[in-house]
Amino acid sequence: MRTYRKNPWKGRKTGLTNEFMAKLQLYFSYPFVWYALIVGLLIALCSSLLGVTLVLKRFSYIGDGLSHVAFGAMAIAGVLGLTNNMYVVLPITVISAVLLLRTGQNAKINGDAAIAMISVGALAVGYMLMNLFPSSANISGDVCTTLFGSTSILTLKPEDVILCIIMSVIVIAVFLLFYHKIFAVTFDENFIKAAGVKAEGYNLLIAIITALIIVLAMNLVGSLLISALIIFPALSAMRVFRSFRSVIICSAVISVICAGVGIFTSIMAGTPVGSTIVVTDIAVFFIFCIVSLFTRRKA
Amino acid sequence: MGNLLHCQDIVLGWEGSAVVSGLNFDITEGDYLCILGENGSGKSTLIKALLGLNKPMSGIMERPADMKAGDIGYLPQQNAIQRDFPASVQEIVLSGCLPKCGLRPFYKKEEKEMVRSTMERLGITDLAKRCYRELSGGQQQRVLIARALCAAQKVLLLDEPVTGLDPKAQLDLYDLIAELNRNGVTIIMVSHDFGAAIRYASHILHIGAHHQLFFGRTADYLKSETGRIFSESAHIQEESVERTENGID
Repeated sequence: MRTYRKNPWKGRKTGLTNEFMAKLQLYFSYPFVWYALIVGLLIALCSSLLGVTLVLKRFSYIGDGLSHVAFGAMAIAGVLGLTNNMYVVLPITVISAVLLLRTGQNAKINGDAAIAMISVGALAVGYMLMNLFPSSANISGDVCTTLFGSTSILTLKPEDVILCIIMSVIVIAVFLLFYHKIFAVTFDENFIKAAGVKAEGYNLLIAIITALIIVLAMNLVGSLLISALIIFPALSAMRVFRSFRSVIICSAVISVICAGVGIFTSIMAGTPVGSTIVVTDIAVFFIFCIVSLFTRRKA
Repeated sequence: MGNLLHCQDIVLGWEGSAVVSGLNFDITEGDYLCILGENGSGKSTLIKALLGLNKPMSGIMERPADMKAGDIGYLPQQNAIQRDFPASVQEIVLSGCLPKCGLRPFYKKEEKEMVRSTMERLGITDLAKRCYRELSGGQQQRVLIARALCAAQKVLLLDEPVTGLDPKAQLDLYDLIAELNRNGVTIIMVSHDFGAAIRYASHILHIGAHHQLFFGRTADYLKSETGRIFSESAHIQEESVERTENGID
């Protein structure tokens, strides 16, 4: 005689969990899933560190502008038939970042107008080049991938992962070493200049690591969604926390958690990686908005 | 008392065109110099020159040999970025020590100690953990003065420090500045506020449209023609303000 099962739901539940775990285990046996996770978390960390500074310096849109420049540069690299397009994309993006952050002080073309100009211009030129010199039969597919980074994070090669780790370590090290300088330059450039510190040098540094992060992040979320990765964790943290250090730490934690959750969800539910991460970031932003309503009232 | 700055016949300009010319003045240790002038008279160009960020187009500008860029503590006008900046008072005052760091990434114990004593001196110790953007205008100015004192202990350059403060906070700030001056800090204050200038300053430099109208002791300024014209107009202004307040006009 078979044993009588008291709770018919119990077995089904463990069955579901087992199925879930098995699926997870299966996915984690593939190296590309690990690569995606490592790269995704590192990029999220780097972009959130710098995001606070960029948002406060009124450069929220620089991520968008620079990523379009990187898109244009990728198209150029494709036309030139380079196997590793980093050699073209990285220098062009860094130069544009330096020029854009410089126009912030120079009043001939306003900062936001300059960003709009360069970003739309680069987008148009890039798309034009991709059409004139198609590298594959599926142009719209290529464009969509570059803009939304839909699958490229799941097709990373070990060298890409190593490159990403090296660049992230550089960005994080620079940020930690120059943390106090970055704070001072962001808070009050005039004072710092008057005190005999070369503020331009630090602005240049911020521009260069911004460009590095954007080129890195293109693989993860694509060039249209990079701004989200930079600004959402910073804005969420600024809702609740009141000192620069706590905002930076909180924004880094939010960004890494959202990237992790986003990547898992996209693997399990089959949604696009980039937009899933961004949607998670947006959800956290609204949660923090609500939390800030309560903390403000108390203060 | 050593001479801090000697300016003889200097011409200041921006992008190749002269903004203000014929400036002759001296700053001595312990002075309280107030620089008066209309908007567009070249005050901000002069501030840059005093800070060493901008060289005069011609004329002689002498400083003591041991004085370098950054030896003047600067209180800039507030900008839009600072109004919603998440930063604690401690973090901001500490950033005044940054020039001492050079390339060193972290602050030393002595620098943190200096921040603590400066905050105590300005009576903002209890604000250390507070968020800068939630303070009142007067408290914010105290924080920025503390930061400037961490950068340079001897000379302070204040750019319209009372702008946007309510009358009580203005008075408190002027008293604080006078107190610092009595304790040996040389004060250079750029201002619109004629009344405060003649009440507190030991010397006055008055710049008109593109040239110097007066430089000298405050007592002499009041006797000079420029001083008389301005004291009369300031008097009329004050009266009209009083009349508006009393609802006469």
